[in-house]
Amino acid sequence: MFKVTTEPLSVQQVNDLVKRPTDGAVVTFDGIVRNNFDGRPVAYLEYEAYAMMAEKKLAEIGAEVQQKFAIGAIAMVHRIGRLEIGESSIVIAVAAPHRHAAFEACAYAMDRVKAEVPVWKKEFFADGADHWVNQN
Amino acid sequence: MQITVKLFALMREKAGTDTVALDVPEGATLAQAVTILVRHYPALAPYMANTRFSLHMDFVDPATNLAAGDELALIPPVSGGV
Repeated sequence: MFKVTTEPLSVQQVNDLVKRPTDGAVVTFDGIVRNNFDGRPVAYLEYEAYAMMAEKKLAEIGAEVQQKFAIGAIAMVHRIGRLEIGESSIVIAVAAPHRHAAFEACAYAMDRVKAEVPVWKKEFFADGADHWVNQN
Repeated sequence: MQITVKLFALMREKAGTDTVALDVPEGATLAQAVTILVRHYPALAPYMANTRFSLHMDFVDPATNLAAGDELALIPPVSGGV
């Protein structure tokens, strides 16, 4: 599954999607909204996406990861809209027969998401200021 | 011919809209359309150097020719994930 949603994410649900009896490992990455940006207190975040393209890019990255590593299923879900501190912004789950491939594929998939998927993050600071990450 | 331009994040805020209906010459390239867009929305000019472009949900080169009805999206540096 490759999806962009405004709904809260369930790590367990994404994890369960990729499980197969042939795969001895599932590595799940849970991206969490951090309470600071370089030490400056953050109150909350907003994520915006070009949703149709973001879902297409997630699926393409999924296919690329399956080509590159000896894995089974992979699922990636990105949440958008307003997110509070401690909530999950992205969940990536990768199943594989053996653990090394699952660890490597999950890290690689996350790096690809950060480079290629049209999603943007705006940080709202505790002092009332805000900024779009990477855009000034 | 007319195309649609989608704007996101900081550029959406600078332009004051997320969708622009833009008139461009028949067979215009993406780069020509962007020049026309910036003429209408000068506030976008400072961000163009770091912007990528997409058509039909794929990244494309600025030399790409546009067709009537195309949806051109301006993709500023992405910051998804965490």
